[in-house]
Amino acid sequence: MTIDTGTPPDLGVAADGSAGLPEDAGQLTAKLRNAALEALPPERMMPDRQPAYVASWIYVFGVITVAALAVVIVTGMVLSVMGPTWWHLSSTGLFVNSLHMWSVEIFFFAMIIHLWGKFFMAAWRGRRRATWITGVVSFVVSVGAAFTGYLSQQNFDSQWISTQAKDGINSTGAGAIFNVTNFGQMLMWHIMLLPLVVVLLVGIHVLLVRRRGVVPPFALPDRSAEQVPTTVGSAPVTANETITNEVTP
Amino acid sequence: MESLSAVMYQVFGSLINLDGPGHYVHWGFIQISVANIVVIGLMVVVFVAAILIPFRRRERGDR
Repeated sequence: MTIDTGTPPDLGVAADGSAGLPEDAGQLTAKLRNAALEALPPERMMPDRQPAYVASWIYVFGVITVAALAVVIVTGMVLSVMGPTWWHLSSTGLFVNSLHMWSVEIFFFAMIIHLWGKFFMAAWRGRRRATWITGVVSFVVSVGAAFTGYLSQQNFDSQWISTQAKDGINSTGAGAIFNVTNFGQMLMWHIMLLPLVVVLLVGIHVLLVRRRGVVPPFALPDRSAEQVPTTVGSAPVTANETITNEVTP
Repeated sequence: MESLSAVMYQVFGSLINLDGPGHYVHWGFIQISVANIVVIGLMVVVFVAAILIPFRRRERGDR
């Protein structure tokens, strides 16, 4: 007996993602698939073009932030695998530890510039409030992740920071459940809870950016958009390109 | 590798000596380290540069 493994089985899904048979349309998988395709259409998730106004260095800092976060996560995984003795005493461990710390510096550096740029663009316009809010909350959670990272250094610096911070944390009443002098608790927050939340929020943030598109610049006052020539970067573009959210032809 | 790290240590160690207490700026009730001021200043400089420096765009014919 021979079994043909070369032909993929018919899973009952049409090419456009809809249910192949009418009676399947009410299934949970079909509903979930349709909802995902409607909320996150593939052509918006992975576009080939961006609007002309994106041709500016100020739009680069979001992706620098994400790239730095990727290095933070990967180096953090390596540190978790190898352990404290390795990152404290071996030259390679010290190097990876430094990579972890400096990628965090780049992460915050780029994120602050990204934040300034989006603030002055009023990037919450055009149904982009959720994009803005997930960015703000991920920034706040990132501060907590960095703080617990300082507390997990196992050196005099972390001892100093924890003893200075405990009074501030205790004054809020949170010290009962969040003890900054408890190394084990701070390490778990640093390597498990807070990275999970940061990655989740950043993922949602990026998906929202893809779904809603990059916020267009403000229209110039007193003159209609079609009449105003302007430039983005070194090459001239029409204002129509700068104020719409359509991709360039 | 060890010799390279020793050279790097000598070069950067002679330029920036971090083996001591930090330097702080006091202004009323505000106290901030010089290191943090430098980083904030760098962020402002990069922010302004990102707005002013032209971004090279591909010509339409190339796309």
